[in-house]
Amino acid sequence: MTLGYLLLSALLMFTATVVPRFVPFVFIKRKISSPFWKSFLYYLPYAVLAALTFPYVFYSTGSIPAAAIATAAALLMSVFELNMAIVAAVSFLIALGLGFLF
Amino acid sequence: MDTRSNFLAGLKKGIPVAIAYLAVSFTFGLAARRGAFSLWFATLLSATNLTSAGQFTGIQLMQLGAGYLELSLAVFIINLRYALMSFSLSQQVTIRIKPATRLAMSLFLTDEVFALANEKGAEITPAYYFGLATLPYVGWQLGTLVGYLSGGIFPSSVIAAAGIAIYCMYIAIFLPPMKRGKGIALAVLVGAALSCAFYYIPYLNEIPMGFRVIIAAIAATFVAAALFPKKDEEKVTIAEDTAPHEEETK
Repeated sequence: MTLGYLLLSALLMFTATVVPRFVPFVFIKRKISSPFWKSFLYYLPYAVLAALTFPYVFYSTGSIPAAAIATAAALLMSVFELNMAIVAAVSFLIALGLGFLF
Repeated sequence: MDTRSNFLAGLKKGIPVAIAYLAVSFTFGLAARRGAFSLWFATLLSATNLTSAGQFTGIQLMQLGAGYLELSLAVFIINLRYALMSFSLSQQVTIRIKPATRLAMSLFLTDEVFALANEKGAEITPAYYFGLATLPYVGWQLGTLVGYLSGGIFPSSVIAAAGIAIYCMYIAIFLPPMKRGKGIALAVLVGAALSCAFYYIPYLNEIPMGFRVIIAAIAATFVAAALFPKKDEEKVTIAEDTAPHEEETK
């Protein structure tokens, strides 16, 4: 990879990340009153995270059974609202341990 | 609350996110090293992008020698969810915030910072927001650096298992609110189900990943918002003139 490719790619990635972040927040001043659109905006980020997680989490460690059990543990810990750092750490350890079995 | 205690309150809230970011950016550092990128490039990306899915996809595509258009488009689509969060934030803020401050705030917008800011709702102030974002940003840089530098030390089993960390963070964010609202619960369940459908069903799975995720999420949210439009209104909004340090520029 040439230096030019690296630098231009970094610039493009920065642009593609920053534009979606600031355009709505900086330029949209009008408030929405429709309950439907309010709910839509409120729910959407959660749906995006769910869609990013499933099914990709099952393929994230190289062992589907280990990842599936670690995911189940993460779901259970989240039901009890444990801290996200703990959820991530425990699931990582489970995936690591079970990775040797499966 | 004054600016200082607001900032400190945010800082405290950001600690668990910072710890989780250490783990995730650590895996990014590892991946960048495996991909034969140099240290300065890995840190440059983490410093300017501050996003997991976008950065991982970016270096993956670059290793495949992707063209500039493909790279930009893929990263843009993966990051489109930030536009939704940014928009949501624009609807919640009740005090006046200068465009320059808004721009600065936006640079630190991530899934987790948004989730924490979202909890605060109408009471978000720039000081609280910057407090939230500070430690996660530091954690992201530090994790990238340590991950890259220690790339040779860890066995491949550890590196593989670390891949699950980011998803567990997502789970820890979207699951607890499901208990409190049917709308969120439905949006999450349908979003996950549709995403799986797009992944496993032939022909549908030929759609690029970024598009699949966006379509699944938007369709799920449409269903949830149509069935469960929010009735409960936000708490009493803060009057605009209670924020003397925030002046709208003409």
